[in-house]
Amino acid sequence: MDITVATPHEVIQQIPDGATVMIGGFGGSGAPIELIHALIDHGAKHLTVVNNNAGNGHVGLAALIEQGQVDKLICSFPRSADPTVFVEAYKANKIALEIVPQGTLAERIRCGGAGIPAFYTPTAYGTEVAEGKPVEEFEGRSYIRERWLKADFALIKGDVGDRHGNMTYRMAARNFNPIMATAAKVTIAQVSRVVDPGGIDPEHVVTPGIFVNHLVEIRNPAQEEELNRAEAVYP
Amino acid sequence: MIEISDIKLSNAQIAWRAAQDIHDGAYVNLGIGFPEMVASYQPEGREVIFHTENGVLGFGAAPAPGEEDWDLINAGKKAITQKLGTSFFHHADSFAMVRGGHLDVAILGAYQIAQNGDLANWSTGKGGIPAVGGAMDLVQSAKRVAVVTDHITKKGDPKLVESCTMPLTGVGCVTRIYSSLAVVDIEGNRFVLREKIPAISFDDLQALTGAELYTNEGVDDLICPEDLV
Repeated sequence: MDITVATPHEVIQQIPDGATVMIGGFGGSGAPIELIHALIDHGAKHLTVVNNNAGNGHVGLAALIEQGQVDKLICSFPRSADPTVFVEAYKANKIALEIVPQGTLAERIRCGGAGIPAFYTPTAYGTEVAEGKPVEEFEGRSYIRERWLKADFALIKGDVGDRHGNMTYRMAARNFNPIMATAAKVTIAQVSRVVDPGGIDPEHVVTPGIFVNHLVEIRNPAQEEELNRAEAVYP
Repeated sequence: MIEISDIKLSNAQIAWRAAQDIHDGAYVNLGIGFPEMVASYQPEGREVIFHTENGVLGFGAAPAPGEEDWDLINAGKKAITQKLGTSFFHHADSFAMVRGGHLDVAILGAYQIAQNGDLANWSTGKGGIPAVGGAMDLVQSAKRVAVVTDHITKKGDPKLVESCTMPLTGVGCVTRIYSSLAVVDIEGNRFVLREKIPAISFDDLQALTGAELYTNEGVDDLICPEDLV
């Protein structure tokens, strides 16, 4: 078994127009920049993207939006230091936005990966975010029902991986990546280093390989915050 | 009437006051921006573990400029540091800590706080792009939810109100307000004044508050170190 591939492009090209794509990352950490840029090169359009934010500057998710490839964004916090690209697309009605509280977003994704179609949460009870959602009382407290969130593809970034897809992450760059890996039909991961099986202590595996379909090694990967500080633009 | 801007507490002083109430061993989440200042004023001898939504517990202070590792940030996207005892985890675990009631204290900013504890702090409701982040999760599930805020808006309108007119972040969630003029608890759907700065009279403070202030057990002077600006 060997799920590694030589380049992002050979696996990214299977993403069709209209796909729902989860993209890992939070703020400037943990986004699989090389995979996103390969998706820009590939050119799939009318995508629904799930991410915590709405991109920053003119690289990664922001660049994907700038290219007009994203019809809808599901996120918790579309503001950033430089959200210009998203703001312009949103104001021009070129992109739809679904705001989901961050913990609800995480749990919807976790449930999508765990085969649980709905769950109850106290989060957002009594707010406009809860409008139209079923409410039920448990032990005297009110909870709203939320549904799972699944995707056709997940693009994630890890640190070390092996040819089975076992993966580790790097500090706060972990964020949504491990749960997104579980919630997509096809998970494409980039890691900084591929090692032989056994090269990762089994006690240290964060994402077991069963959740990963394709793994590509990107040595010295781009870091979104650093790209933005250098005012990088893609393409 | 006296000029409020001359007598009100600085944000650093408000943060200092809020920090005095955080007990040793507490797990604490601080909102983005002003609330983050609370971390700077922990009393000596207390060890507090800070949580950030993006998957870090027990992080250290900001690194020196040029020393940042941008894979190590807080929910405000600012660089933080690792220290002995730090742990990393994914977002679902991070919000299990929040939603599961494992956080002792969450301290957030506010647009409006109602006398029943309702909080509005995520959207002004006047258009613009809504952005909620983790606030709705935090306010509904931390064991104690407190607010640090100016007592009034820049226009002079009360932030402590009978009922919120802005979109709610959570219902009945806030139990203590550290404002630029006072410390106010929310008990039984009422504002209960605990402390006020000596420079303002009760009547003047009441005039700047959008609902009745109760004084159940007397009111203490709110005194903060003067060099915190």
